[in-house]
Amino acid sequence: MYRFDTMTKLLQWLFMLALLGGTWATLTLNLLGLDPLPPPVYQVLWLLPTYLLVTFGCYSLGTVGYRLATFNDCEEAARELHAQIREARDDLAQRGMKF
Amino acid sequence: MAASRDKYSVLLPTYNERENLPLIVWLLVRSFRESGNDFEIIVIDDGSPDGTQEIAEQLIKIYGSDRILLRPRAKKLGLGTAYIHGMKHATGNFIIIMDADLSHHPKFIPEFIRKQKEGNFDIVSGTRYKGNGGVHGWDVKRKLISRGANFLTQVLLRPGASDLTGSFRLYRKEVLQKLMEKCVSKGYVFQMEMIVRARQLEYSIGEVPISFVDRVYGESKLGGNEIVSFLKGLLTLFATT
Ligand SMILES: Nc1nc2c(ncn2[C@@H]2O[C@H](COP(=O)(O)OP(=O)(O)OP(=O)(O)O)[C@@H](O)[C@H]2O)c(=O)[nH]1
Ligand SMILES: [Mg+2]
Repeated sequence: MYRFDTMTKLLQWLFMLALLGGTWATLTLNLLGLDPLPPPVYQVLWLLPTYLLVTFGCYSLGTVGYRLATFNDCEEAARELHAQIREARDDLAQRGMKF
Repeated sequence: MAASRDKYSVLLPTYNERENLPLIVWLLVRSFRESGNDFEIIVIDDGSPDGTQEIAEQLIKIYGSDRILLRPRAKKLGLGTAYIHGMKHATGNFIIIMDADLSHHPKFIPEFIRKQKEGNFDIVSGTRYKGNGGVHGWDVKRKLISRGANFLTQVLLRPGASDLTGSFRLYRKEVLQKLMEKCVSKGYVFQMEMIVRARQLEYSIGEVPISFVDRVYGESKLGGNEIVSFLKGLLTLFATT
């Protein structure tokens, strides 16, 4: 038997997709021949994958957008580095360094 | 300050870094002297035509051959093997990997060391994507690619670390040796694979936010096909790990 946590990421994804997709198909296509679902439930269920995809897309765009907007610009670090470069050059030159 | 018997070997791979090498070494020495940690700096130069090795020789004269070790190779053989080569000569029980182009500031090393001790971590990784971490000198396009690639990587690989393509890290020596044996990728993907394999081998990873300042001197060595090779590498890891 495979253990889920030692499967490759690709297999983990396929496994979960098959599980969810199978459940969804069973319910929407009523593969088990149970009593039909009430129409409102059926309508939501039918479009559930689309809803989930759109939600995930929005979440992705939102997250990347937010992280892009809040990506730190390390101005201070750059200024500090430039000052230190001068300091380093002077000190090394004093110790006989030929650049 | 916090003196211990730990020794830190810094691996500095260089290719045409004659401007940067003296500066990074100077900053490293100062940082280690201030924090009181034992250290050595191993310069792995791949036959740079710009005279990087001559600069390294001068630095050995200034700082001593026990602090600065020049372990060159005849020609440009790539980063991955440069680390393996450098590690063979390392006498420390911890290895620090960083770029020599001043993008990775030595001031963060004491924080790496503190973090490592705090959680007894096997690996401490610098991260541009968390807390006070960040970048300097990147335009919006590069930031977007970076953020997008990072998000995609997090979704697909769930690696348990926020900065997969960064290469400013501290490793226990034996952990790095083990990882080097396992990792086969090249370029950015190599750094990613290191973290992914580390997760598989159940090594613990700590993170320290770092500011990444784009190189001031010298030329970038990673060329145009970066995105394509990144995606290829990501998908390979997705399918195989
Ligand atoms: N020994 C050795 N060092 C290398 C080689 N390629 C790159 N380096 C060094 O590895 C470090 C990282 O390389 P960079 O060219 O800065 O790569 P990068 O950070 O992705 O790109 P930029 O910062 O944009 O130039 C630098 O210290 C380089 O000098 C190589 O083939 N051999
Ligand atoms: Mg660089």
